[in-house]
Amino acid sequence: MEDVVIIGGGVTGCSIARELSRYDMKITLVEKEEDVACGTSKGNSAIVHAGFDASPGTWKAKLNVAGNKLYPALCEELDVPFKLNGSLVVAINEEEEMALHELLDRGETNGVKGLRIIKRDELHALEPNLSPDARAALDAPTGGLVCPYELTIALAENANQNGVKFWLNAPVIGIDVQEDFSLLVKTPKGNIKTKYIINAAGLFADEVSKMAGAEEYTITPRKGEYLVFDKQFGNLAKKAIFPTPTKISKGILVCPTVDGNIFIGPNSNNIEDKNDTGVNAPGIEEIIKGGKKLVPDLPLKNVITSFAGLRAVSNTNDFIIEASKLVKGFINVGGIQSPGLTSAPAIALMVREILLEEGLTLKEKREFIPHRPKKLRFRELDNEERQKLIKQNPAYGHVICRCETVTEAEIIDAIRRPVGARSIDAVKRRTRAGMGRCQGGFCSPRVLEILTRELGVDPLEITKKGPGSNLLVGRIKEFLQDEGGDDNDK
Amino acid sequence: MINKELVVIGGGPAGLAAAIEAKKHGVKDILLVERDSGLGGILQQCIHNGFGLHVFKEELTGPEYADRFIKELEDMGIEVLLDTMVIELTKDKRIIAVSHKKGLMQIQAEAVILTMGCRERTRGAINIPGFRPAGIFTAGTAQRFVNIEGYMPGKEIVILGSGDIGLIMARRFTLEGAKVKCVAEIMPYSNGLTRNVVQCLEDYDIPLLLSHTVVNIDGRDRVEGVTIAQVDEDFKPISSTEKYVTCDTLLLSVGLIPENELSKMADIKMDDITAGPVVNHRMETTVPGIFACGNVVHVHDLVDFVTMESQLAGRGAANYLKNRMPLGKHISILPGEGIRYAVPQLIDPQNIINEKQNFFMRSTKPMEKARLFIESDKDLIRTKVIQHIKPSEMINIELKKEELADKDINSLRFFLQEEGVADGNQ
Repeated sequence: MEDVVIIGGGVTGCSIARELSRYDMKITLVEKEEDVACGTSKGNSAIVHAGFDASPGTWKAKLNVAGNKLYPALCEELDVPFKLNGSLVVAINEEEEMALHELLDRGETNGVKGLRIIKRDELHALEPNLSPDARAALDAPTGGLVCPYELTIALAENANQNGVKFWLNAPVIGIDVQEDFSLLVKTPKGNIKTKYIINAAGLFADEVSKMAGAEEYTITPRKGEYLVFDKQFGNLAKKAIFPTPTKISKGILVCPTVDGNIFIGPNSNNIEDKNDTGVNAPGIEEIIKGGKKLVPDLPLKNVITSFAGLRAVSNTNDFIIEASKLVKGFINVGGIQSPGLTSAPAIALMVREILLEEGLTLKEKREFIPHRPKKLRFRELDNEERQKLIKQNPAYGHVICRCETVTEAEIIDAIRRPVGARSIDAVKRRTRAGMGRCQGGFCSPRVLEILTRELGVDPLEITKKGPGSNLLVGRIKEFLQDEGGDDNDK
Repeated sequence: MINKELVVIGGGPAGLAAAIEAKKHGVKDILLVERDSGLGGILQQCIHNGFGLHVFKEELTGPEYADRFIKELEDMGIEVLLDTMVIELTKDKRIIAVSHKKGLMQIQAEAVILTMGCRERTRGAINIPGFRPAGIFTAGTAQRFVNIEGYMPGKEIVILGSGDIGLIMARRFTLEGAKVKCVAEIMPYSNGLTRNVVQCLEDYDIPLLLSHTVVNIDGRDRVEGVTIAQVDEDFKPISSTEKYVTCDTLLLSVGLIPENELSKMADIKMDDITAGPVVNHRMETTVPGIFACGNVVHVHDLVDFVTMESQLAGRGAANYLKNRMPLGKHISILPGEGIRYAVPQLIDPQNIINEKQNFFMRSTKPMEKARLFIESDKDLIRTKVIQHIKPSEMINIELKKEELADKDINSLRFFLQEEGVADGNQ
């Protein structure tokens, strides 16, 4: 029997898994997709928010500020790139400038440090590509950037090193309360008996809660679409540039990523289908319009990709983090929309406290490993280090992804690491191979070949992102046989 | 640090021809660097024929065409590094390259020829809405899977864009027993060579839908279908014309982009229209001693022209290495009415190689019949009537040195005037 089963391998579930892996107990994380970080954790603005947005007193406000403070040390420990570049909320008219002062007050009430209003000259000196209409901004120096899927993967890897088991491709199809009051989590891969369940199922947390007979709430998917620009325009914005927020959203921003791209987005539209991560033409128009308000000269000819993410918005409009009063041992961690990424490390600590209150005894492991296996990024090394590395392992001399300078050794490592990559997209999220300007045109056949070799499978079995997304459909000449007849064509 | 007289970056058709020609003109110490495990570049996956009509006056397949140059290069004893990727180039012609065999190499070259070729435009670059399933391939990637790896990336295919690789792949897929449902082209004319439209689509009854585009991609794990719509004059889809086509694969043949990351690192001036370096009469970029040719300069439709242009670059580099004298005054080549771009963008009329100068250009739109005007800032040099002009088919014109050098001209302009029936204006 497990002590804890965590449902959901997003940044929330993986943060909790990693936090709990410090203690001596049996933990399994179940995830319906083929990899961790496949839902909202891979499609968001990748910002570690300062914490001035949420209303004082809400979980969002408290956990945002607390999470923000935990980020630098966490990212250092797990070797995850993190950049404290700061955020700006820009006002383009007098009314918005007034609103900045409200934001500043709210931020200070929430405990955000270093907030100040900056005027036109300083603002334009900081961000020369900003619209001439920008007249003032709220400067939040504690805003930062992180790669959300890299963080999620790092948390999963480290949790796995510390004994957490990962069941991938394992959607939860039922939860039963047993006679001995233990809980049974049912998946197509088998059932798991456990004392506690942590429901970190993101967009599907409401359905999982209902499945267990716990409290009912609703999660509405709220779509945000994004466009990503080529790295050569990486200096278009230095800080995350927000417009003055509306009641429902922080607005469409222009923002660098920790990897050196620029993105614009997201818009904000409630939808019905929790799987609908499609990008729509009107959505693209909307974010271009929004982005241009802040930075009028967008390099629209140099968009490298678009994507959409879904925010998991609860009916309480706040995070729902509490032990169920109806089902003993069932803990909801639902409605984790923005600032969920920022809050994740603090949510993990809060969940630990709830487990203690619920009667779980926690005994620290002596053998806890705080760092994940070292990850070498060839593109970030200097030439001397590169030379040394290729001598040790020649596969570092074989560049597979030319746009992002990713070597064969890094791809092999991504496959062999704890919770290793099993698909083209999983390799991409771990190494950036295929994330550059050619979007995998050059490297995807080569990545497929390495996956085939490493996993010892047929190329036809390699998928883009799990079951049903196979890249290849057959061998050449195979379909000619379908026509019947001419055997000479075989 | 390794010292080399000339380093050629890229072992496709451009790099091969440039290296051979430089050797022929007296450059002794040449190194050709190629990132793939063999020479020939993209030609190795182009197993169809139609290559070499201009250069060899015969029809060869891609690998055969490449092989002729590879043999010649080997016979000449030109040094080649395979599986080697250049990751840095400075304007002082210092190169950093890596390979699993030799590790990281620093090479100081006296001259460099850039022949990195081009890459394919992707879905992101043209913003097609919809999901992000498996089954969306650029035409060249699909070509590699079929012709090199021996695997089929799809069985029911819709092709967006009528670029040549897409057309060639339409035929290739059909011959492999897959069903190519249609080719949608957003422009009102095809973007490929006429001969490819005829031989790859019409001969197999594959519909070419002009003024059409893909407005949505359906399918979460694998492509299940696409929505195609007609577009208006501003290329905006007309919603009443939307049609759903089931397919498991969407092939993109929506253009090629010169691969100039290294050129930009070396502070070479780029041409916004061609997306390649600005070059002069001997294919030298704005950084003296760094030359460029082939698809890295501008996207060609025939490899024969790549070869011709690269021979000029090879000779230009030899010329530079032999005689470091600064060149004379450069004049600008200006694309006028009806001309999208012209290469080279600069020439030094006094130092034209071989007493003649070839110009490559593309038209802005198809024209049944037009007159090409070549005029300097001083006078009209020449005109020429051209039939069946298409933006996808490069115009190639040669001027003699005496047409350019004897007058003190400052610029040269090319423009096209359509010639209608009984038009007396000329």
